[in-house]
Amino acid sequence: MVKVEGLDKLMAEHPFFQGMDETSRKTLAGCARNERFGAGDYVAHEGKPAERFYFIRSGTVALEFHMPSNDGLVIETLHDGEMFGWSWMVPPYEWAYDIRAVELTRVISLEATCLRKKLKKDNALGFELYSRFVPVMAKRLSSARQQLTDMYGKS
Amino acid sequence: MSAKPHIDAMTPVPFTVTKRTQELADTFTLELTPAVAGGAPAFLPGQFNMLYAFGVGEVPISISGDPAYPEKLIHTIRDVGAVTNALSKLKKGAQIGVRGPFGSAWPVNEAQGSDVVIIAGGIGLAPLRPAINHILANRTKYGRFVLLYGARSPADVLYVKQLQSWRGRLDTFVDVTVDHAGRDWAGNVGVVTRLIGRANFDAHHTKAFICGPEIMMRFTIKELTCLGVAKDEIYVSMERNMKCAVGHCGHCQFGGHFICKDGPVFEYARIENLLGVRGL
Amino acid sequence: MSSAANAQADDLTGARTGAVVIESDRLDSLIKALRKGGYKTIGPKARDGAVVLEEITSAHELPLGLVDDQQPGSYRLSKAKKPAYFDFTHGSQTWKRYLFPPKEKLWTAVKTAKGFEVQSEVDAPKYAFVGVRACELHAIQIQDKVFVEGEYTTTGYKTRRERALIVAVNCRRAGGTCFCASMNTGPKVGDGFDLVLSEFTKKSTHEFLVESGSEQGEKILAKLEGRPATNADFKAVQKAANKTAKSMVRNMPGDATKVLADNLESPRWQEIAKRCLDCANCTMVCPTCFCSTTTDTTSLDGENAERWRSWDSCFTLDFSYIHGGAIRRENAQRYRQWITHKLTHWHDQFGTSGCVGCGRCITWCPVGIDITAEVRAIASKT
Repeated sequence: MVKVEGLDKLMAEHPFFQGMDETSRKTLAGCARNERFGAGDYVAHEGKPAERFYFIRSGTVALEFHMPSNDGLVIETLHDGEMFGWSWMVPPYEWAYDIRAVELTRVISLEATCLRKKLKKDNALGFELYSRFVPVMAKRLSSARQQLTDMYGKS
Repeated sequence: MSAKPHIDAMTPVPFTVTKRTQELADTFTLELTPAVAGGAPAFLPGQFNMLYAFGVGEVPISISGDPAYPEKLIHTIRDVGAVTNALSKLKKGAQIGVRGPFGSAWPVNEAQGSDVVIIAGGIGLAPLRPAINHILANRTKYGRFVLLYGARSPADVLYVKQLQSWRGRLDTFVDVTVDHAGRDWAGNVGVVTRLIGRANFDAHHTKAFICGPEIMMRFTIKELTCLGVAKDEIYVSMERNMKCAVGHCGHCQFGGHFICKDGPVFEYARIENLLGVRGL
Repeated sequence: MSSAANAQADDLTGARTGAVVIESDRLDSLIKALRKGGYKTIGPKARDGAVVLEEITSAHELPLGLVDDQQPGSYRLSKAKKPAYFDFTHGSQTWKRYLFPPKEKLWTAVKTAKGFEVQSEVDAPKYAFVGVRACELHAIQIQDKVFVEGEYTTTGYKTRRERALIVAVNCRRAGGTCFCASMNTGPKVGDGFDLVLSEFTKKSTHEFLVESGSEQGEKILAKLEGRPATNADFKAVQKAANKTAKSMVRNMPGDATKVLADNLESPRWQEIAKRCLDCANCTMVCPTCFCSTTTDTTSLDGENAERWRSWDSCFTLDFSYIHGGAIRRENAQRYRQWITHKLTHWHDQFGTSGCVGCGRCITWCPVGIDITAEVRAIASKT
């Protein structure tokens, strides 16, 4: 089990936490742990409880839908410096899709119950987190909508 | 500035198909040579020809060959209508009519000394290939060279072997993404704009060439300008209905510009206010 | 184009090579001289309640004594009090139907063993145009810029234009929808003609001042019998032109170009769309509209092919069609395209306005849309 100080250092290196004050970051680090997934490992499955918030240190994950006729339709890949897994913020706290590691991937993950408790206690901490998070989601939404237009047409 | 065709501009010149390649399910490439000796006219990267299928009609198609070897006239065509369908049925030895080359060019000479970022979407890679060929043939004249490409799915990646060989070069950064994929794809999935942040180039000393669906170009421009690329260093290739290609029929007008002679390549700063107007 | 303005203000001596005043009954000898010179002579004729441009063989076919009453959406011919040959202003047709015909074959192609061969075609009769108004002369020069003076030339137009002989006529009466004075395109003819006629009807005389503007014009002039022109004649022409200009009830706002460029998203476009029928009349009657389409056809056995060029209009839905659909799907967008091309973009493309103030689009619009009024409405942000 890595000490909180070590995790805090790793978090400080991740783009998501750039500019966050030390106190807030250290508070969040209290919910953190280091994880690693091998190529092909599933980080999460659609419908399962969403209990962690993930920050990719290195590697690639694929966001995937499984469908009757199609085992895995990948709709997005995320890389170093990005984050995923926000369903813990919104009831019923369930994963919206499958997440599969495409290659060896190292992440820092924050535990949801711990996070929710800390955010409830400290509104300023909540502001720090959400003000970083909302722009990321805005960009994801915009990108997803562009993908929806199927602009390249049929082959 | 464009290389002038050598005969009456409305009369097609017969060319013979010397090679036909199926690129994707609905996209094919024709290699052409003049039916009568005389040599194909030189062209600039970004220019297009009007291709005539006997008795069916004419369509504007960008030239996708190497400007250093104009005698091999290459066109990559997507089968979307009556004329392109007729062209798709042509075999080696068949003749088509060619008028051109027409239009403005990617500023490959003005880009010397800068980084160059080429962003293509779908079939948009075809009009950019001559620029890529030119830059790679004169590689040391340019700074960093980045090529980003987005396609619908892995089966829709155009010129996949060439992308692999470009990517294999030590002096070129190539990244490809698709809108969706199966599990057997280990590459990027997502919009092409998401590749920009991971490419290495000096936004303040770059020329960007963009070609793809208009919506893709709009978002790509936004991403580049947010990074600090100047509006007069971004170039796009526009498309409109075309009938004559010589500025006489009026169909291709975009604001006051004739796509056939003021374009298809435009400096973004010049058309910035037009791109946002609906139904212009 | 600016020479018309100068001509109106200063020209009292008629800086032309030759000038003569002929009796009106001598007009026929002018027409006969043109025909003898091998010109297919086209002139105004009254038919079906309007003045049309057709081949004429004598002056008797001209619409003597007719005047037009043109209003938005309305055109009527009636008998004038004073019979003159050219007091009507114009009809729905323009000289572009001869220089830039509604349908023109560009080439034919025939299948061969190897593929096919293409043969260009040019149909270029030698025309003489009788009765070209100042606005129409400007319109011809504007189309020259499109078809002849650009990077590419249309051979058919170029040849017909080079062969054409222009007998212009000075308007001494303004039509109800005319606004050429505000466009600096009339009413007095500027330059670019071979001959120009100015009609005089006084108490007991009916004469034409005939001036030549070119070598061909000079040759024809030499065949006409009349008296030498005097300063009084030239003064009378200028006086008539000034009176005509003053009588125009319409004018195009001087800042039309900028007003339209700055208001591409004006709500007025939707307002116009409530009235505009998309009938394309305006583009058909406009003397400068040049949009066309190409049609490729084959014979039934597939052995022969042809390409034809024919008039087209930006008001059609498929004018702007690219794979997936038309770019200008709404009427408002198509109307905006037409008027901004005509009054704004034309400047960037060809260095002049595309409008010559002839007023035909106002007259022949079934709902009487007036482009001068629309420019004002857009400027006033209503």
